This record gives sequence, C-alpha cells and structure tokens, in this order.
Amino acid sequence: MKIKKGVSLIDQHDKNFMYGGKFGGNFIPETLKKPIDDLTKLFSKLRREKKFLNERDYHFQTYVGAPTPFIKLENLTDRLGGAQIYAKVVSEANGGAHKIYNATVHCLIAKRAGKKFIVGDTGAGYAGKMLSMAAKKFGLKCKIFMGAKDIKRQRPNVEAMKKNGAEVVPVTTGSQTLVDAVSECMRYWVSNCDLVHNCIGSTVGPNIFIKICAWSTAQISRELMIQVKDEFGKIPKKLKLINCVGGGSSAAGFWNEFMNTNAEFIGVEAGGPKNSKLHAAPLTNGSKIGILHGAAQYVIQDKEGQIGSTESISAGLDYPGISPLHCFLKDAKRARYTSASDEDALKAYELVSKLENISPSLEPSHAFAEAIRLAPKLKSSEVIIVNSCGDSLKDKDIIKQRLGSYIR
Amino acid sequence: MKSRIALAFDKCKKEKRPALITYTVAGDNSKSNSLKILNKISQHADILELGFPHNTPIADGGQIQGSSYRALKKGIKLKDVFQIVKKFKKINPNKPIILMGYFNLIYQCGENNFLKNCKDSGVDGLIIVDLPYPENKLFAKKCKKKFISFIQLLAPTTTKNRMRQIIRDSHDMVYYISMLSTTGGKLKVSSKKIIKNYNNIKKINNKINLVIGFGITDKNIRSLKSANGLVVGSLLCKIITNSIQKRQNPVTNLNKMLYKLKKEIS
Repeated sequence: MKIKKGVSLIDQHDKNFMYGGKFGGNFIPETLKKPIDDLTKLFSKLRREKKFLNERDYHFQTYVGAPTPFIKLENLTDRLGGAQIYAKVVSEANGGAHKIYNATVHCLIAKRAGKKFIVGDTGAGYAGKMLSMAAKKFGLKCKIFMGAKDIKRQRPNVEAMKKNGAEVVPVTTGSQTLVDAVSECMRYWVSNCDLVHNCIGSTVGPNIFIKICAWSTAQISRELMIQVKDEFGKIPKKLKLINCVGGGSSAAGFWNEFMNTNAEFIGVEAGGPKNSKLHAAPLTNGSKIGILHGAAQYVIQDKEGQIGSTESISAGLDYPGISPLHCFLKDAKRARYTSASDEDALKAYELVSKLENISPSLEPSHAFAEAIRLAPKLKSSEVIIVNSCGDSLKDKDIIKQRLGSYIR
Repeated sequence: MKSRIALAFDKCKKEKRPALITYTVAGDNSKSNSLKILNKISQHADILELGFPHNTPIADGGQIQGSSYRALKKGIKLKDVFQIVKKFKKINPNKPIILMGYFNLIYQCGENNFLKNCKDSGVDGLIIVDLPYPENKLFAKKCKKKFISFIQLLAPTTTKNRMRQIIRDSHDMVYYISMLSTTGGKLKVSSKKIIKNYNNIKKINNKINLVIGFGITDKNIRSLKSANGLVVGSLLCKIITNSIQKRQNPVTNLNKMLYKLKKEIS
C-alpha cells in the first residue's frame, strides 16, 4: 500500500471510494445513495469554486479565528530535558476545538444545497457544540444526536448546544456513546434526507463525509506550515507531529500539508483504563477490518462482526472504529499509532496545565502523554509538535472527580 | 429451473393476490421460539424473511432494533441462524426463506463461506441492507452461481436511470422501499402515491416481481394489494415485544395477525 505523491490524501481512493483498495467505500442503504451522490457532486464542484473558497477563508479568518497560535512549551521542554516541545493551540479556535472547521464548512454546503435544517452527531460534545454555533450563525435549524452517557459526562458542551438553540436528542440505545449517536443520526438522515443536511462530526462514515471533514480540518496544517517555517526558517529535519485519534479528524487536518515532508506522524489512540480489557484503540491493538457506519476500517468487533464495546475517559476518542484515512496511513506506513491510558492522559493534562498557559482537554492529553514519554529520549535538536485540539474546560467534572481538583 | 421464490410469486398471481412476506429476527425471542414462529406463520405467509441481527443497524427503526437486541442478548450467532433455517426447511422444504442483514457479518464470515452455509441450510435469497448497487455486483454474481437470489432494493430517492440498471441486474424479486424512513416508520406517504411509484417501476420491466415494504401494517395493507408482494416486519416485531410484556405466547399472537393480514389481501 502506497501513498501517491501530488494527490491530496482524501482523493487517493479508487472508483469504489476505497483507500488502498481496503478502507472506506460507501456501505449504505439504497435510500442514501442519491443524497450522497448529490452531496459528492456538489462538494466536488464547490472545492474548485473560487467564490466558495473565498467564503470559507473569510469565515475561517473572521469567525473561526485564523491562525490559531503556535507556541513553544518552554517549561515542559525544560522539565523533560530532551526534544523541543511545541503546541499548535487549535483550542483557541472559536468554540474551543477543531470541530468548528468541519461544522462551518458543512453549514456553508448546506446553504448552497438549499437546506434549512442540519443534523449532526457528537461524542465529547464539541462537534455538536460547534455545529449548533455555526448553524445559529448561518441561520439553519439544528438537531444534535448524543449518547445519553455522554450527555451526562460532557455537561458544559450540552448546555452550550441548548443555548445555541439546538435540539439535543439523547440516544439511549447500545452503549449510549458516540457510536450509537452516529448510528441514530444516520437513521434520522435516512428518514429525512430530502430536507435535512447531515454533518458527520469526524472523518468517518460514507466517503463524502470523510472528505469534507478532512478538507475542512486541513486548515490546521495550512496554518502550521507557515508558522513552522517562520519559527525554524524551514521544516526541521527531525520533526514529530503528535495527535490524538478517535475518529481521526484533527489528526488528518494536522498532518495533511506535511504529507510529502519528512515529518513523522504519530497518532495516539485511547487505551482506556489501565487495568481494563476495554479500550478505544483499534489500530494499536490490531483490530480486524470491518464495516462500521458505511465504511470499511479497522474496528473493534467480535468474531461474528458485532461491533465491540469501548471504554475511555475521553468521550471524543470513545469510538470503536477509526477513519479509513488513518487505516490507509497506517498500512502505507506513513503514520504510526500507539495508545495512552486514561491515567497517562490525566497525568499529562495535569503536567501541561501546571507548567504552561494552555490546558488541553482529555483528548489531546492522550497526545501529550506520548510527547511526554518520548521527549526525554530525544535530542534537543529534535522538534515535537502536539496538536492541542481541545480545551479542558468541558472535562472539568471528570477531572475534579479523578484528580480531586481542576486547574486550568 | 425456476427458483422457489419465483414459484411462490407464480402461485400468488394465479390466486390473484400479492405475496405475503414476513420479516422476523432470527433468535427473537429465543432460538426455539424463532423456529416455532417461522413454522407457524409459514401457514399464511408466502415468503419468509429472516433477519440475522447486527448491533449497529443503520437502517432499522425501533421495533427491529428491539428484536435484534433481544436476539443478540440471548447469544444468537450466525451458525444458529443457519440451524434455524435448516430445521425449518426440513419441515417446509418448498417455502422460500430470505436472509436479511448487514454486510459486516458476511464480511467477517467470508463471502464464500457464508454462501456455502446458505446453500447447505436451504436459504433461497439474500437482502443486504448496506451493500447497494453497483458495489454489490460481484457478490450478487456469486449468489447467482449458487442459485441464491440476491434481492436488490429500490428507494423513493433512486433515480430512474439507476432503477433501470438495478432491475437489469436483479434476480427473481426486487424490493421497493415505500418511503424515506428506517424500517417500521409510520407510513408518511399515501398508499395512492406508493402505488403510483410502484406502477412506474413496473413500467420499466413488467416481468419483475416487485414487492413493497416499510411501514406496512394490518391497517394499510389492503390499500397496497395491487403489488406483487407486501412485506410486513416491524409490526410483527412489535407483536413479539407486546406479547413478552403481557406474558402471552408470541407464536399465537403472530399467527392471529398473519391470519388477519392474509384475509385483508385475499
């Protein structure tokens, strides 16, 4: 399996929309074939249209806030005594996470498609919060599907969604987490695809949603490329870009522009509680390929093909599958994947929040855990950049409960 | 040689009525009850659809999700599904059985292995909810080689051109989804409109056996009886749910409903 040069990652699929012949595709009910075809055609037109690109850039600039800061974590670097550690502080984007890029683009597309109603799924609540924000801004009615368990553990984001006028629909089937929210949202779309635009919150699902999402989050690496060249004069010879992966949307965006450079990509999955067999790390733990939410991917499942349970302290990473793009990057050996446990992530959150002016949410704390593990082993000429793609505020309750106190 | 599915339609046409097609989930509410249900309702039904449950169904409504959940909780596995079919076929060798489900289970089982099991147990046809045309072409061919009908689906969103292609590549039976909905939604389109769409599809090829499903109940089945076949699924799953709640025998209650449905369309 190989990555083609000169073709953007999202376009490296065959005529059946499969990456590397094995991942992705459109395993969907017949009812969705036409809406997905229509959306595919519309997006392929829009991404080549000057006016649309200008619109996107304008909103990224004035609404999302571009560029998000790129900072050196001096204290963390000093403490660990190894590689130079930097952070791309994507959590400074409007709303506090990278999910705003995908949400904004989807609202722009929905407007072009003449839809007045947008629906989406959410795990950590960020995708939902951002979609509700963007929907409000662009005058669209909004409904968010969220697992009942996640509604309980990500209260601040739920409140934000409601404040933005979105209807939050609790999903009480299955594990009551992200996987069930995505299923329920797809079912809702099957029933209402004539009037409703669907925004899948990550680089998962039928091919077109993977494309739109990764195309949107690519803004992160477009900014970063300029910032890195400003800081170092060129791309450092030994550069590691570390990102957490749940569905994989922030990592896909964080790495995109660096695809044809020497930068090393490290994806960090949710390893779950230290003493639990459950996890949300299909790539690290060698899960088999299966079909989930319309796409072939490595997915946690049993022998029969029933989707398996996951466990992670981080709602945003608590998903049994992983973007087909990351399956492709793994098998093409362009990126490598590892996992961090709940405990590692909590420690990383604590250390970074204590030493630095940023406070990563539990999702990027998984990436910081890996950076903290690696940095002391590396030379000071080496550079690590972590995508700090979410803010800890939403995890206040969980952190307080686990660590006794919350610092930010 | 004509397939059992085609023969079932021939018989119904002779009797000037649509084929009555049922859907129940294998293993709901137990392996043995599931077999009893099939044996009983086959007295009234012409074709039996049997769902092999998946825990992440993206196109099923609440009733079928509930049935699937019950079956999975009881530990139903694919091998049990095939056992149920085999045992059923021993008693009812000529009654067509169609397995219906999601592709991941076939993918994990292996396409060839799955089809071999279908053949060995006597499965007549397959409906795979998330394997649309043209992605299903290769698999559909494999089915045909084993004399198993691969049943294609058409939806209200399917374009005319696409319908032509799908019908050209279909075997024995084509399934028209009545409305934009997951299974078991409330019928939100008038029967008249559904029949109009149905007739338009028949105009493409009058010879296909075209059945209508999704949202069909004892209340509306009569108004759709000009179709070649009508599928009732969620209603039956709901009867099982209600029977369990009221501590009644689901087999008896289902049999009553089937008798009523058959009467409505005869």
